[in-house]
Amino acid sequence: MSETHKPRPAGRFARAWDSDIAYSFRTSPVAVVAAVVSVFIILAAIFAPLIAPYDPFNPASLNLMDGFTPPMEPNAFTGNVYWLGTDNQGRDVFSTILYGARISLFVGFAAVLFAMVLGISLGLIAGYRGGWVDSLLMRVADVQLTFPSILLALLIFGVARGFIPPAYREVMAIWVLIVAIGLSDWVQYARVVRGATMVEKNKEYVQAARVIGAHPVKILLRHILPNVMGPVLVIATIGLALAIIAEATLSFLGVGVPPTQPSLGTLIRIGQQYLFSGEWWILLFPSITLLALALAVNLLGDWLRDALNPRLR
Amino acid sequence: MTDTPLLQVTGLTRYFDVSKPWLNRVLEREEKQFLTAAADVDFEIKRGETFALVGESGSGKSTIAKMIVGLVDPSRGRILFDGQEMRFEQGAAMRQLRRRFQMIFQDPFASLNPRWRVGAIIAEPIRTFGIASGADINREVGRLLEVVGLSASDAEKFPHEFSGGQRQRIAIARALSSKPEFIVCDEPTSALDVSVQAQILNLMRDLQDEFGLTYLLISHDLSVVRHMANRIGVLYLGRLVEEADAKRLFTEPQHPYTRMLLDAVPDLALSGRRRKPVTGEIPNPINPPSGCTFHPRCPLVEDICKRKIPEVRTTPTGRAACHLLSENGLVKT
Amino acid sequence: MSGPSENPSDKTPLLSVRDLVVEFPTRRGTLRALDKVSFDIAQGEVLGMVGESGAGKSLTGAAIIGLLEPPGRIAGGEIRLRGERIDNLPREKMRRIRGRRIGMVFQDPLTSLNPLYTVAQQLIETIRTHMDVSEGEARKRAVALLDRVGIPAAARRIDDYPHHFSGGMRQRVVIALALCAEPELVLADEPTTALDVSVQAQIIDVLKEICAERGASVMLITHDMGVIAETADRVAVLYAGRVAEIGPVRDVIQAAEHPYTAGLMGSIPTLTQNAARLTQIPGSMPRLNAIPQGCAFNPRCPKVFDRCRTDRPELIDRDNGRHVSCWLYDAATQQVAHD
Repeated sequence: MSETHKPRPAGRFARAWDSDIAYSFRTSPVAVVAAVVSVFIILAAIFAPLIAPYDPFNPASLNLMDGFTPPMEPNAFTGNVYWLGTDNQGRDVFSTILYGARISLFVGFAAVLFAMVLGISLGLIAGYRGGWVDSLLMRVADVQLTFPSILLALLIFGVARGFIPPAYREVMAIWVLIVAIGLSDWVQYARVVRGATMVEKNKEYVQAARVIGAHPVKILLRHILPNVMGPVLVIATIGLALAIIAEATLSFLGVGVPPTQPSLGTLIRIGQQYLFSGEWWILLFPSITLLALALAVNLLGDWLRDALNPRLR
Repeated sequence: MTDTPLLQVTGLTRYFDVSKPWLNRVLEREEKQFLTAAADVDFEIKRGETFALVGESGSGKSTIAKMIVGLVDPSRGRILFDGQEMRFEQGAAMRQLRRRFQMIFQDPFASLNPRWRVGAIIAEPIRTFGIASGADINREVGRLLEVVGLSASDAEKFPHEFSGGQRQRIAIARALSSKPEFIVCDEPTSALDVSVQAQILNLMRDLQDEFGLTYLLISHDLSVVRHMANRIGVLYLGRLVEEADAKRLFTEPQHPYTRMLLDAVPDLALSGRRRKPVTGEIPNPINPPSGCTFHPRCPLVEDICKRKIPEVRTTPTGRAACHLLSENGLVKT
Repeated sequence: MSGPSENPSDKTPLLSVRDLVVEFPTRRGTLRALDKVSFDIAQGEVLGMVGESGAGKSLTGAAIIGLLEPPGRIAGGEIRLRGERIDNLPREKMRRIRGRRIGMVFQDPLTSLNPLYTVAQQLIETIRTHMDVSEGEARKRAVALLDRVGIPAAARRIDDYPHHFSGGMRQRVVIALALCAEPELVLADEPTTALDVSVQAQIIDVLKEICAERGASVMLITHDMGVIAETADRVAVLYAGRVAEIGPVRDVIQAAEHPYTAGLMGSIPTLTQNAARLTQIPGSMPRLNAIPQGCAFNPRCPKVFDRCRTDRPELIDRDNGRHVSCWLYDAATQQVAHD
């Protein structure tokens, strides 16, 4: 019998490649395609300044005569050719997408990180302490869940605008956006972490640490946290897709990032004004990018959820 | 003083509030409900001996173990470790006390943090109490692993790479790492297969001889308890109904519950002994029977048993709580 | 193996398992969880099946009733109920055998009882699914059965839901449910493991008595030798998916032939012996992906010799109702010992 079994390979990388999760990844075409698309877009966004043929935010390099150039066609006045055409101000759509994805991804990652830190901390405290602390935090969470998160983000945005002096609004807009999306998303993390913490805290390894008098903060961070991170990673991945969409929605509604620093959502908002006058490319290409990014990240999250769920394996 | 018992427990009592949430209680007009997990439990453990608490589910044996190591606060009663009352000790003095006792748990799959390497798991008490530092920790961990029958190189592995028995050895190594005098063993082998159980029980005995350990053994398995203990306390619904010398408990059981429990143990020796049929089930501990809680199942029940909680009295083999007992044993049999 | 089901001779055992192989395909290769397991259960007999966790005892039960969890599959051998093969039956036919001809009692009573229906509904439905009786007749039988398994005030309590019963009472209900269609074989998988000692003794007695009354055979799967000693006529000891030894309970417990059984018996503390140390078998049972060549027990065996490390011993008939798979009892070995 035993000779039919492949031995576990040596070496850190080889072992990781051979692990169950890596195997599940390798054998899932959807996950591989989703990962490739996500990584491709993320890398393109990170290296936008190196890849982009034009700098869309440098007014000096813009020529209004280049405006509304269709994709792959020479401009009627300047003869310049742009892969994906140009927008109303003559900015190269391909370049704006690269820079726009950069903003979208930055806001998405930062909002998820913010929501995660907040949600995990409150979830750990609620789950471990129990009692009235738990009741209070979870009631706050319940109340928050009754608001649609976009509405909440709009509300936070509105309140923040009232506090921030006009001179700083442009600079602060992106941070306000991150906080708004993050604040509307922390509840999921808190709930999942709280549930998992309540399970873990009664396990005997936690009791063993309590018997020797280990400090509660140490127990939470070193014992419990590593054991509740699995489900958190899943919601964080799916949450990233949702945060990117939320950012796009807010920017589309005009309350997001300023037009001087357009994100994918801003680009779509600009594009939709020209759709019926025939300049379809200004809307189409940013939309496709947003769709591909959100879909890929979401599928990756779905795969991760299934791969980490022992009952589905 | 050498004849101070290492552990002294007096009047140990613990209630748990098992009421429904406040709103439900108001709407359904229900009283608060309490579960008595342990009631007026007294016992002493001498240095170097193994004292066992046996009982079925709901007997409170695990709650008592948890109160002794400080995982659960007593509602009433005192726990004295080497003459020091535990709940009054704070800060450094408490740390000094904690260093001297440890606990081994039932489920070796839950008692080791799955994300930690074995070395870190065993070293946790060493680091927490600042017993050693730097390379000394690794050396000590390696030594402990060898003491419990594993190899020093196992420190690099994760718990999931070990079988149940090996994990229990790791848990024992962790318990030993703070060099304790007293170890509370809560069902240490009930999750293990019998052949592995034998290895762990033998190891526990060897360690006791080598390090002069004192054990409090919590178990539901009478044969394990008989094999390991010097003295045994029998619990029923949170009360200590009998305490006796280990061997004599089995030959001269005093309390009717102890007798019933012995009758229920499967007869592996195939001696063909005809045992008395066991009757009834353990009542709900939220609403325990009045008087002696064993009276609904007791074959010898009398009127007084239903009214009055029996006091603990001295018996030929130790002590027991039964109205029908006198100095010479049971009044009627 | 003789005869189709229509004319079972008296010699045909009720259940006959021959060379049963159960495999689990995994991406690292196929795990053989049961490797040529063979045993018989005679009419009215209680066969105990004992082994440590992972030895394959529950898997044997699951294979017999056709409830192996995928990807596990029967990869060889045959299972016959009164001479009729049941290991390759279509799902629907197997479903009718379960419940009707083979009753089942599991460790956790709640897995066998539907929490949404009263005990009466479940018992009556089971009786009427398998037998042609009226609703009233079925109810009468159900009450009688509950009464028989020791449920007080059965006629009233039959209309309660499972959660109204205590753990021990629930297991009694499960026993009634397993027996209500008058099966020929009852498969009891760790029926007392979740119960307290004082309740366990009662359940064992009920199960044993009621099966004896009805002439049902029992396959009792447990890790607890004490339960086997109290209940079974014969016992099969499993090790690493193979049968180590089968024989009458008294013989196996008091004079085990296989070194594994002997070690196992020595490792159990009892209420009568006074050894300071328990006999211990070194090491632990191999994982399924690392079963050694030859006899699966050879690395832990105190009596191991060369042949054990290369050749796998088959069950050797000891001509006294006992079978043991150990080279110590092979004719050639014994010859050498005598010379």
